[in-house]
Amino acid sequence: MPPIPLARADEQIVAKREQILAALARAAPGVSIVSDPAGRRAFETDALTAYRCPPLAAVLPKSTAETSAVMRFCHENGLRVVARGAGTSLTGGALPTADAIILGVSRMNRILEMNFETRTARVEAGITNLAISNAAAARGFFYAPDPSSQLACTLGGNIAMNSGGAHCLKYGVTTNNVLGLTLVAANGDVIELGGQGLDPAAYDLVGLVVGSEGQFGVVTEATVRILRLPEGARPMLIGFATAEEAGACVAAIIARGIIPVAIEYMDKPAIKVCEEFAKAGYPLDVEAMLIVEVEGSEDEIAALLADIARIADDHGATKVRVSQSAEEAAAIWKGRKSAFGALGRISDYLCMDGVIPLSRLPDVLRKTNDICDGYGLKVANIFHAGDGNLHPLIMFDANDPVQKQKAEDCGAELLKLCVEAGGCITGEHGVGIEKRDLMPVQFTPADLEQQMRVKHVFDPDWRLNPGKVFPLAEQAAFQAAERGSEHG
Amino acid sequence: MVDVFAPRDERDVCDLVAQAAASGTPLEVAGFRTKRHVGRPINPGACVSLNAMSGVTLYEPSELVISALAGTPLGQIEALLAANNQELAFEPADLARVVNKRPLGVSIGGVAATNASGPRRILRGAARDHMLGLRAVNGRGEAIKAGGRVMKNVAGVDLVRGLAGSWGTLGVFTEVTMKVLPRAEETRTLIFINLPDEAATGLMCAAMGTPYEVSGAIHLQAPLARRIADQDLAALGYAITALRLEAFSASMPRRLDALRRELSAFGEIYELDHPRSLAFWADIKSMEHLASAWPLWRITVSPDKAAPLVAAISAIIECRAAFDWSGGLIWLEAPPSMDANAADLRRVIGQFGADAMLVRAEPHVRASVEVFHPPPEANMRLIRGLKKAFDPHGVLNPGRMYAGV
Repeated sequence: MPPIPLARADEQIVAKREQILAALARAAPGVSIVSDPAGRRAFETDALTAYRCPPLAAVLPKSTAETSAVMRFCHENGLRVVARGAGTSLTGGALPTADAIILGVSRMNRILEMNFETRTARVEAGITNLAISNAAAARGFFYAPDPSSQLACTLGGNIAMNSGGAHCLKYGVTTNNVLGLTLVAANGDVIELGGQGLDPAAYDLVGLVVGSEGQFGVVTEATVRILRLPEGARPMLIGFATAEEAGACVAAIIARGIIPVAIEYMDKPAIKVCEEFAKAGYPLDVEAMLIVEVEGSEDEIAALLADIARIADDHGATKVRVSQSAEEAAAIWKGRKSAFGALGRISDYLCMDGVIPLSRLPDVLRKTNDICDGYGLKVANIFHAGDGNLHPLIMFDANDPVQKQKAEDCGAELLKLCVEAGGCITGEHGVGIEKRDLMPVQFTPADLEQQMRVKHVFDPDWRLNPGKVFPLAEQAAFQAAERGSEHG
Repeated sequence: MVDVFAPRDERDVCDLVAQAAASGTPLEVAGFRTKRHVGRPINPGACVSLNAMSGVTLYEPSELVISALAGTPLGQIEALLAANNQELAFEPADLARVVNKRPLGVSIGGVAATNASGPRRILRGAARDHMLGLRAVNGRGEAIKAGGRVMKNVAGVDLVRGLAGSWGTLGVFTEVTMKVLPRAEETRTLIFINLPDEAATGLMCAAMGTPYEVSGAIHLQAPLARRIADQDLAALGYAITALRLEAFSASMPRRLDALRRELSAFGEIYELDHPRSLAFWADIKSMEHLASAWPLWRITVSPDKAAPLVAAISAIIECRAAFDWSGGLIWLEAPPSMDANAADLRRVIGQFGADAMLVRAEPHVRASVEVFHPPPEANMRLIRGLKKAFDPHGVLNPGRMYAGV
C-alpha cells in the first residue's frame, strides 16, 4: 500500500494566496491571520507527524462572530477550511491541504459559566480538556472524558473526534457528556444545537456533530456535563503469566457486577517501556498486567479491591498489589498515561486504535504479534480492557521509508483483524486520513453512502476538512452523483 | 384501517420500503403500534410492523452487550438480563401506558426509535447513550448498519445517534445492540413530603451533586402523588420527592447515612426499604401516575429553571406536574382546550430555554399544533436535509414529527 494520498489542492487558489488573504482581512477585520512561511509551518501537521503540508494560512478567531465572518468568507470564495484545536490528532485530523485555511479555535478558551446546581459548564471550544476539570475541582467536580493528551488537547478537538479516555468505561465518551453546541455552519450561519437540558424530543443534531471530525462545521462553544468527583479512587496492579488469564479475570470482575472506573491492560513490552520511564513499580516478570481502578469511600474501595484480588487469585494472578498511598496511585497512572511518550523516547511508533470484543483478546493479541513478526516489527500493546479498545504501538524507524511503509501496512492488517473479530477500526482516535481507506473494511458501500449523504447535508460543497474520513474515490463518486442529480 | 405488513427479515423490510418508495406510498413504521397515537397524525397507505422480527441475536454478559431484532418485546429482554443480574441501565420508559390505558408492552426497536429513558437516565445516560449499534432500512430500501457491538466506535459519522429518537422517520430499525450493566445489589429510597416545587428541585440538584450516585430524583405534585401504587404514600395527599440510592450491600448503610446528613436541612426524611423501593421505582417507570384524560406535555429544561417554569405556567393554566431527572424532565398535565394550551405554554417556556412535546392529546389537536417542539429555521433546514438524506421519497412515517419531514 503506497503512502496515504491527500486531497489534491486547487493550484489556482494557492497562486492567489496574497489576494485572498487581503480580502479575508477586509471581510473579517481584526481576526488574527498567520500567513508567513514560518507561521504556516507551525500548522502543517498534527500528532501524525509523518504527513505535513503548510496551509494557505491559519486564522485564529477570538469569538463565534469572528469565526462566522471567516466561514462566510470561505463559503463565498470556495475555500476549504480545516478546523484545529491543539493539533494532537493521531490520525491527521487537523492536517491541512495547501489550499485550505486552518481555523484554529485555541484563542477561544474561556469558561463562560460553571453551574454546579445543574452540573453543567458552558465553555468555548478552545479550552483544554484538563482546564475544565481544573476549574470545576474547587467545588469537587470534574469533566469526565480524559484522553491521554488531556493537558494539551482542546474540547473542540475532543468533540470533533468524540474522544474517550481511560475512565470512559464508567463515565462514557465525549458524546455522552455534551448537551449543547454552538456550530458555525459551512456557510457561516451560527446554529445552536441541543441546549442546557437533557434529551429534547428531536433529531439528535448534537450527536451527529460530535465525532464528525470537523466536517460538519466549526464548534465554537459547548455545554458539557460536569460530575461530582468520587470520594476517592485507588488503582491496583495485577500480573498474569498469560493473556488468557488476564482476559478471563476481566470477564469475571464484570460478571461479579463490578464496573471498575478503569481496567487497563498492558503486555510485557509495554510494561517494560513504561516502568523504565516512570518507575511505577510495575512487575517486569509477567506477560500481562492489569491496572484496575475503583471509586468510592475508603471502605468501599477496600471492599471492592479485596473482591477483585480474590477474583484475580482465582484466575491465576502471579502478582497483586494495591496502591497504599496517593503517591503510589499517581505513580501507577503516570506509568500508563506516559506510555506513548515513554515509547517515543526509544522508537518511532504508530499507535493503532482498534476495538475488539473482550473474549477475543488472547486470540487477537496472538495474531497481532504474529502479524508484526511477519513485518519484522516490534509491538507493544495497551488495551482499555473494560471497553475493548486495543492500542498496538508498532515500532519502526521513521527515517527508513521502507520501514515506515511496513508499519503502515502492518497497522492496516491489525485493524482488519479487529473488524474480523467483531470490532471496529477506531475506538477513540477517529479516522482522519490514517484510517480513511480502511473504512470499506468496516462498512458496506450502502453504509458509507448513507454517512456521506449526512455529511452532504452539513457541508454541501465538501469544503470542510477535505479528504478525510471517506476514501477519496468514494467521495469523488458521491459528489459526481450529487452534481448529476442536481443538474438532472 | 390500513394493511399491516409484518416482514420476517431485513430483506423483506428492504423490499417493502423499496416498493413503497417506488409507488410513493407513505408507510407507518411501527413495532407493536403502542405509540401510534403519539406524534402528529399521519395518513399512511400501509403499516410496516416489526412484530414478527423477534429474538435476541447476541448476549454476552461478560462483555456487557445484547443484540435483539427490533420486534423483540422489551419485557423479554429485561427478563433475560435480570436472570443474569444485569439490566438496561437507562430504565426504558414505556409511553404505551400513558396513551393506551392498558399495558401492551413495547418493542426494543420502539425504545430505540423514541429514545425512551426512565428515571435512571439522570445518572447513567439516555437510551441513545446505551445504543452501540443499529441495523436499519432507509427510505430507499437499503439496509444500513451503524455502530457495532463493541463499547467504543468512532469510525465515521455517528448514525446511531442520528437515528436514535427519530420516531421512524429516517429508517426502519431491524436490529438494536445495546450496552447492559449489572443490577445493583441493594436499593433504598429517601422520601421527602410536601416540599414546594422550588425546594424539591433544589433538593434534587443538591443530591445529584453528591458523590453517592443518586440514581433517581423525582418530585410529584400532590395530585400526581395520589396516583402512585404505594398506598401509604399516595394516601398522604401531599407532594412527594423521592431520591434513589443503588449500591452494593456493603456500601449502602454509609451512603444512606452520608446522603441523609447532607440533605437533612430539606426536612424530615422517610426511607423505603429494598422491596418497597423496587416497587416504587417500577411504578414510576410504568408512568401510571401520568395516566389521565388530560393532555400531557413532556418538557425538557435546565433543572434550575424547572420550578420557575412550572410556576409561570401555573399562573395562567391549571396544571399538574411531575419533575423527573432532578427537574430536567417535566411531565405536565393541563385541561383539554382547542390547542392543548400549546400557544400559551410555548410562549411561557420560551423564556426558560425549554423544549416541549405534546405527548397526549386528541388527534384533531395533534393535527392542528406542533406536537414536537418547533426548531428554529436554521435547525429545521438541517432536519429537512437529514430527512432527504435518509428518506428522499418521504415514505417513512412522513409528518410524524414535523410537517413535510
